[in-house]
Formats: sequence, structure tokens, C-alpha cells
Amino acid sequence: MRVQAEIDVAAPPELVWDFVTDPTRYLHFMNGVTRWEVASEQERGCGARYRMLMRVGSADVGGLVEIVEHEEPRDLAWTSVTGIDQRGRWRLRERAGGVRTRVELRLQYSVAGAGVAGWLAEQIAAPTVRENLRRSLRELKRQVEHEQARAGAAARRAAAQR
Amino acid sequence: MRTQTASARSRNGHNANGNPFAGDATKAQEPAPDAGRNPIERLLSAFAGAIRTRVPVADLDERDPDYIRESLPGLWLLASLWFRGEVRGLGNIPEDGAVLLVGNHSGGNATPDTLVFTLAFSTYFGVERRFYQLAHSLVLSMPGLGFLRKYGTVAASPQNAERALSSGAALLVYPGGDHEVHRPTWEGNTVNFDGRRGFVRLALEHNIPIVPVVAIGGQETALFLTRGEGLSRRLMLDRLFRLKVLPISIAAPWGLNIGDMFGHIPLPAKITVEVLPAIDLREQFGPEPDVDEVYEHVIATMQETLDALAAERRLPILG
Repeated sequence: MRVQAEIDVAAPPELVWDFVTDPTRYLHFMNGVTRWEVASEQERGCGARYRMLMRVGSADVGGLVEIVEHEEPRDLAWTSVTGIDQRGRWRLRERAGGVRTRVELRLQYSVAGAGVAGWLAEQIAAPTVRENLRRSLRELKRQVEHEQARAGAAARRAAAQR
Repeated sequence: MRTQTASARSRNGHNANGNPFAGDATKAQEPAPDAGRNPIERLLSAFAGAIRTRVPVADLDERDPDYIRESLPGLWLLASLWFRGEVRGLGNIPEDGAVLLVGNHSGGNATPDTLVFTLAFSTYFGVERRFYQLAHSLVLSMPGLGFLRKYGTVAASPQNAERALSSGAALLVYPGGDHEVHRPTWEGNTVNFDGRRGFVRLALEHNIPIVPVVAIGGQETALFLTRGEGLSRRLMLDRLFRLKVLPISIAAPWGLNIGDMFGHIPLPAKITVEVLPAIDLREQFGPEPDVDEVYEHVIATMQETLDALAAERRLPILG
């Protein structure tokens, strides 16, 4: 099953990138995510591992994931090491000459070998997962734009003092 | 799935097994309540003995993580759609190392609390974490229930508990076992371990924490009327198969369900499970903890939580 959500954020890709590559922020903006812990010495970049879980139905589903693509500030992708089979990707693309960002979050998940029950579970879980991604993006947008406004105000204050 | 602790098993001290149809077989022969060593009893003893010798020795290696992983979507569907399962406090279980999970058990022979908890544990910690459950040997010998071994269910015996904990696994026990699981529906919100304290000794011997796991809703999956302990005694099931109960309930699809040997279709009652903070026995009760004191403490803590969960519940079944 593949689900995705996208949103426009009124901030440059570099700022959004800071949010999506920071493992400590995930619990704050990812809806339904109950765990996102660093599980490797390396905290960011290719090879960094996170233990993540998302509440779907009766269970916290997820597992250990590893970052496999880290192309600043455009693409961040991970794949599962243990737990359910999953691939996730953040796609950030600049809009309006770099002052806005198109953010896309994709998640592909399945349990290989689980047969009909697996297929059915994927379908039934999809609306919950999709809604979680949508809400996560809305929350990400809110936080990034807040940060952008805060940074802008601070810069203006600094300029006025000079 | 009826489970019980090592203590309850130690009476016979071996991995007894039995014929799941024994209830019917013995009933058909109707021995007198106070029969001594009459020919019928001798015959039945021989029969039970023959079955015992056929029990395969419990092998922890029968647990199959790939099998568990591939079956999780099915469990998830059942737990999410049918039982609307909700598990809280999994973070209270230590991240690694041996731990004794002690649960209250409900729902006759089709126990939804075990299903919901096993799913939650396996997805939370991953199927890679070693996780075993102790069960009544009759459960493991039921035709069609062999798959439970792949989940890590082993016959409850001191040896198996010892082996599982020594391997650093998490071990789930239901001290109340068959006594608790068949309690009448109106006692559904009572923790009843029938005084079985084996789990406390087990935790002390291995110096591992006890994590109470409290579940509600299981006793609403059928109308449980009585444990039928007298009936079981009169049919000698207790002596032959260590089956101290012959429960009577009204359950789908049978209507009147005597013995619950073939299980039943549980009603879709909402199952809520709450995992409580780990109890470090030596830290809390001193270097030589008193078994009775610990037992009472665990029961009281679990009952308190069960009362809170019951207060939260507005309607039976719907939750």
C-alpha cells in the first residue's frame, strides 16, 4: 500500500529540511507517531537508524528504519530494517523562487508473506495512515511557518537596533 | 487459551498432556463420584498416562518469528475490528532482558486478552524480542492449536519457565489460569489468582521484575455461568488431567456450552489492557521479600487498576 500527502509551506526548503531531518522533532509534528528514537550512533544522514512506531488500530506499528537517501535539502528517504516492510520519503521542492516549499510525504508499507489478511489489513489501515500523514503535514507547516515568522521578526529587530 | 503458573503445575511435575475430548469420554462413562480404584478409573488412568507420554518436550526453539510476523496482520484485523483492542503502558515493560509479565485472564478458552496483548507486544518490541507464554498443557494439545507453539506458547512447568527466563526472554503467565478464565461473568471485574503464588517465587528466583498486565472485557465475550468444579471432581477430570473445572456458559455458536472444549465465538467486547509499572521485588520489599506480601501487593495493585478500567466502561461489550 502506498499513501502520500502534500502541502505548500511558506518557508524556504532549507528550513523545512531542518525539521524533517531532526529526529527529536518527529514526536511533535507527526500525528499518530508514538515513538521516534535514534537507534544508531549517527543521528542524521545516510545510515542513521530510528526506532519508530505509529498507532494504527489496536497496535503501534513500525520498527527499525534506516535513512538511505539524504540529499540536502531535497530528498530524505528511509527503508525498514525490522518490523513491517516500509519505505518513506520526504520530497521538498522549492516554489516561488525559493521562498515557498512544496512538501510531499510518501509511505509505502506491507507485510510480505501475510497473504489475504495482510492485503486486507493494508487496505483497512490506509485511511488512518493517510489521515495521519495529512495532519502531520499540517502540523509541520504550522511549526515551520511559526519558526519562519519568529526568525523574520528577530532579524527585523536586529536590523532596527543597528 | 488457558494458562497458569508453574506453581500450579508442580503438583504433577511433568508436562502432562491430555486428550481434549476427555471431557466427553469420561462423561460417557459416568464414574461414581467416590469411585476408588475401580476398573473404570484404572482404565482412565492408563488412558491419561498414555496421552501424557505423547507430549513432545517443550522446545523454546519452536517459536518462529517469521511466522509471528506474517500472522500479525490477521491478529491486527481481529484485535482492531472485532475487539477494538486498546493496550496502554507498553513503555512500562523494560526494554530488554528477562521480565515476568503477570496477567489476569478472561474469556473462557477463547481468550481475547492474550490475542490483543500478544499483538501489541510483538509490534511494539518487534518479533525479534524473545517472548514466551505459559499455557495449560491441554491447550497445547488441542487439535488445531499447534500454531500456538510458534508464538512461543509452552506448557506451564517450572522447567519451561526456568528455561525461558534464563534465555533472557519476556515470559507471560496467567496465574489464575483455568480457575480465573472460567469465572462467572458477574465476577468479570475481579482479579482471582486462586492463591497461586508460584509466579512470585519465580520472579524472586530469577531476580527479575514483575510487570502486571491488567485486562478488561474478556468475561463479556460470552455469558459464563459457573466453573463447574464439582462436576469436574465427580468426573475425575481433576485427577486425570489436572482440569479442575468443567465450565458451563452460554456462548456462540453452541448456545449452552459445557466444557468449552472446542472454544466458542467470542462476542465483540471491547478489550482494554493496561500494563503497569514494573515491580522490582528486592528494591520494594527488601532483600528477602515475603512471598505472601508480594502476592497480596500484586493482586491489590491489579485490582485497583481493574476497578479503574471498570469505572471507565460505560456499557458491557460496547465498552
